[in-house]
Formats: sequence, structure tokens, C-alpha cells
Amino acid sequence: MAAILCSGLFKSYPGKPLVEAVRGLDLRIEEGECFGILGPNGAGKTTTLEILEGLQDPTSGTVEILGKSWADHGNDIRQRIGITLQETRLSEKQTVAETLGLFRSFYKRGLSLDAAVAIVGLEAKKACRIGTLSGGQKQRVALACALVGDPDLLFLDEPSTGLDPQSRQQVWEVVRALKVRGKTILLTTHYMDEAEKLCDRLAVVDHGKVIALGSTDELISQFGGGNLVEFDTPRMAPSADVFNRLSGVKTVKLTHHENPGEAASHVVLQVAQPHLALPELLTMLEKAGAGLLSLNVRQATLEDVFLALTGRNLRDDGK
Amino acid sequence: MNLDKQLQVDSSPQSPMWQLTIARVRDFYREPAAIFWVYGFPLVLAVALGTAFRDRPIERIPVIVVADSPNPNFDTEKILKSLGMDSRLEVTLADSAKASRDLATGKASLLVIPKGEKPLLRAEKNRPESAMALGIVEAALLRARVGEMHQGKEEVEPGIQVETVAEVGGRYIDFLIPGLLGMNLMGGGLWGLGYVTVDLRVRKLLKRLVATPMSKIHFLLSLVLGRMGFLLLEIILLLGFAWLVFGVRIQGGLLPLAAAIMLGACCFQAVGLLVASRATSYEAVSGLMNLTMLPMYVLSGVFFSSDRFPLLIQPLIKLLPLTALNDSLRGVINEGQGITDISGNLIILAIWTLAAFFMAMKLFRWR
Repeated sequence: MAAILCSGLFKSYPGKPLVEAVRGLDLRIEEGECFGILGPNGAGKTTTLEILEGLQDPTSGTVEILGKSWADHGNDIRQRIGITLQETRLSEKQTVAETLGLFRSFYKRGLSLDAAVAIVGLEAKKACRIGTLSGGQKQRVALACALVGDPDLLFLDEPSTGLDPQSRQQVWEVVRALKVRGKTILLTTHYMDEAEKLCDRLAVVDHGKVIALGSTDELISQFGGGNLVEFDTPRMAPSADVFNRLSGVKTVKLTHHENPGEAASHVVLQVAQPHLALPELLTMLEKAGAGLLSLNVRQATLEDVFLALTGRNLRDDGK
Repeated sequence: MNLDKQLQVDSSPQSPMWQLTIARVRDFYREPAAIFWVYGFPLVLAVALGTAFRDRPIERIPVIVVADSPNPNFDTEKILKSLGMDSRLEVTLADSAKASRDLATGKASLLVIPKGEKPLLRAEKNRPESAMALGIVEAALLRARVGEMHQGKEEVEPGIQVETVAEVGGRYIDFLIPGLLGMNLMGGGLWGLGYVTVDLRVRKLLKRLVATPMSKIHFLLSLVLGRMGFLLLEIILLLGFAWLVFGVRIQGGLLPLAAAIMLGACCFQAVGLLVASRATSYEAVSGLMNLTMLPMYVLSGVFFSSDRFPLLIQPLIKLLPLTALNDSLRGVINEGQGITDISGNLIILAIWTLAAFFMAMKLFRWR
């Protein structure tokens, strides 16, 4: 049985013009999987998540959570899922334990408060008021609120957005520990590293649709994987054909940029084996007297996948 | 991280109603500013207004007996004695120059110039105190005259009795306290449910709570229950204070008082919920709350009687929930009315409560 099953999901908000946040989205997430929805801001990630969480009704389409529908078994589903929203400001005057106690009281079965604070590593802060905690600690309390009902399925909406690097690591550790315990996790993110580090499978979402689906490795190899050779030359680079002749080059991406007083080109070559392509490239550039401003050889990332799929960067606003 | 601990499953949670209510109470009492505005401010207001409008002792009317020679003669003595018997007058002796000055500047209301059988009274014709003084002095002199004629008695008792009213129940403070109580019930209900709900919504905590299996009924009841707890303390404080400091007493029974307070509280909590049903910002809810409360502060007789407004709008004023509440509270506290006497107003409150609650539930945005 799939933990989450949705098909033909549409969501539009009335207005002029009509806002179509989700435009025909299908997902199947298996039990025990950590699944990521990756996409830029405004791609429809949060709307999708809120529909799956039962917080919004879809305009059309069907949703099944743990084999049940929201319309018929809303409360059963709520007993078995845990949620963090993108931004929840818990009451600053309540202590960590009091906040967790409140959330715990809504669930028929769940964790003891000690267990809940232990999972997120906040044992020492149990009696502290929320107002005295750092941003990362608050986010971990929010996670503990999601966990206190001992859910089978977790929805985490951008769990590490806005946190400092250390806090992000701590949040990731909590998520990894939950994976180990076999929880099904659905998270949204616009960070590639987060998706790469945490998710077994990913759906790349843009303009309310899934545009690619698979594990990180699958996605990278599927959409222009392998290695990338990136360099800048101070002259206008010759046409792409020149580079296509180098051994093992799969794609060539050429951008000219006109800086004041000087023209330069940025070239990205997707190559199968850099150790073969690189010497040829350097010889060619030397012959042409082109010169190099920078040279970089790296593995393709999800960012490159996204760029290849949409022609945009992940961090661009979803316009 | 202790993975063994994670397996501890606890299946005896506390009641969600209790947890929600106690969370409300904690949020409140851990906010010192809120405590002042809810509990301290009405008392400050009661003291300030109660002192400003307390019943002043009746002022005595200044009258000058004119005597140019330093040693008063027989006539002057007699007049001084006659006038001195009347406690409403403050009689002094002065020479004609000072007396004229004092009359002109209003320090004296009347001059009495002894002239044998027919003393001359000089008054300022446009001044009401002068007219009053004239009447009192005339009567005093006349009584002395009559006394002389009757067996040489110096004074005749006037054939009347005078009584002034300063009864508990009829003073300004007696009028004010039920008004403050009503105002508190209104403000508390609107803030306690309206503002608190919008606060939860703005902080996305409402959405977060709705995503749990929490019962919405428990949530709403916890707000009401928390509010009723604070309210009890508020009432005891305000009425206790008014009784200790100003001697304000509750003339009627506790049952009709409790009925009026409970219905009033429910009514304004329902209105608070209605006001908060759609608002998604603090600005919006504050504006709506002021829009709701301000007309009632003015029209519903908190600080002065609503009877002062034109007859034409009186029926409308009577239908406002705060008017209904204030009239019931004054009826019970000041006039000792019972349930049947205030039932009309209680029905108005009940209708408002039900209408506001059902409309709020229809409009309410849980996200």
C-alpha cells in the first residue's frame, strides 16, 4: 500500500487572473520512503503539501493518505500523521514541555514528553520558554510537536529554511533518525543539498507539475549527468561545434557576456570522461590563443538537472 | 540521541480540553501588561471617576455685612446673629469699599447694609447665587423679626423639614460601577476571543492545531472557559473594590446578577468570535473591534445615562447588547431588580449571543 497516493491534483484560487497553483500533479509515495518535493519558490510545493495534509481541498483530483480519503476518515488520518508548517510561531510564553504536552493531548497514542524532546535533542531545554530558544531550537520544537503523536507519516514543509548551517545539520540529523525508524517522510525544499542528503526519491516540481521523478542519481544521469567542465575565456568563444568535436562531449552550453570594455564567454561542457576531454580542450584553447579566466571540473548536481529542465536556477523566483 | 527512548510510547495523555484551557491561562498570566489592562485599569478608572464625580459638600453662600466703623453697633450685631443661624450662609464683616469690590468680583454674593428697621440688601441682578442669597437672607431676617414679635424670642423655627439625598445606590459611583462592569465584559469578551483567535491565526498556530486531531469544539470551549475564569476574578475584584472603597452595595440577588453577567459574557465572546471570524491581521481585527465597541462605549450608558440621547434613537440604543447588559446590571445592583424585571434585556442578550455565534461559525476561517 502506498503511504500517499494522489492523482490529477488541480488547485486554483479565484482572482484575476485565476491563480493556478497546482496543475495536474500525480504522486505515489511508498511506506518507509523519504520523499522530497524539490522546486523553486512559487512552484506549488506548499499548496500540494497542504492538500495532502487535509488543510486545503483540491479543486479536482483524488488524494489517499495511508489508504484513506480525507472526506471519510479525516480524523483517523490526523491521528497518524505529523506536520511541520513552513512558519508556525509557537506561543513564546509556554515552555517546551508545556507546548509538547498540549500537542500530545490531541493524540490517542504517542510518545512521552521525555521521548519527544530526546528525539530532537532538546532535553536540556525542556523547562525553558519557547521565547528564549534560538531559531534552530524552535524548529526542533516544531519537529517534536509533529512527532509527539508517534505518526506513521510525516509532512515537513521546508524544514531547514531560514536556519543557520549548524541548525540545518541538527534538523537533518533528526530526519535521518526518523528514516532509520522506518517513518514515511514527505518534505518540500528548494535546497538541493537538503534533497540530496535526505531524500530517497525526488519529484522536481515547477509551475504546479511534476517535471521529473526519481532518485538523485537517476535524475542526474537522466538529465545530463556525468561531469561538467566549466570555463571562462576573455575572448568570444568560437561556435559550439568546435567543442562538440572534443572526445566524450555530450552537450555544450555557451553564454556570452559583455562586460564593460571586454567580451567574455562562459562555457559548460557535459563530458563523459573529463581526463580525456580536458587535455584536448586545453590544447585547443592554447592554439586559438583564447586564454582562460577560470576552469572548473565538477560532478553534475540537481541544480544542473533543474537548469537543464527549466532553463532557470532553483533559487530564481518562480516566475 | 537516544533511540531506545523514542520507543517509549505513552498512552495516557491529559485531557485536551484541560491542556488547551491551561495554555490559555498561562499565556495570559505570563503577560504582565495584559494583567494590568484587564484587572488594574478598571480599578484605576473607578477611582479616578469616583473621586472626580463624588458628591461635594454643599457650598455655603458668601454674604458680607457692611460695617464702616470697626465696632459693630446694635443693628449690625443683631443682623450678624440672625444670619449666623442659617448654616447655608457664610457671613463676614467688611467695610463698604471692600464689600463693593467683593460683590463686583463675585467673592460675595450679597451685601447686607444695616439701616435700622430696614436693612438694605444689595445684589447683582444677573447672578443666580445672588438671587439665592437674597431669598435666604430675606427669610432669615424675617424669621428674626417674627421671633421678636412673638414673646421676644430671638428665632422662630421654620414650619418645614429639610432632607437632602445622598443615599447609597443613587450616587454617581453607584451608577458608574455597573457601567464599568459591563464595559469590562464587552472588552474582555472581544479581546479574549477575538484578538486571541486572530493572534493564533496570524502566527499560523491555528492552522497547525487544525492539522492535529484536536476537536474544534474543545478549542472554542477552552477559549470560553479560560475567559470565564479570568472574568470571575475581574468581577470579584471590581465589585469588592467598589464595596470596600466606595461602599457600593448590590441591592438585588446574586442569581439575577450572575445571570446578567453570564449572558453578557457569552454575548460579547460570541461577538468577539464573529469579529475574528475572517480577519487575518492584527490591524484588521483591532479596527473591527473598535468599530464594534466605540459606538457602545458612547451610546450604551457606561459613563453617563443613555437617556440623554435623542428620543428618536432610543429604541435603537435599547437594542444594543451593552445597553441591555448595563441596564440589567444597574437594575440588579442599584435597584434590586429580580430576574423577571430584567428578562427583556436578558432576551436581547440571548438573541445577540445566538445570532453572533452562528454567524461566526458560518464565516470562521480555521486556517
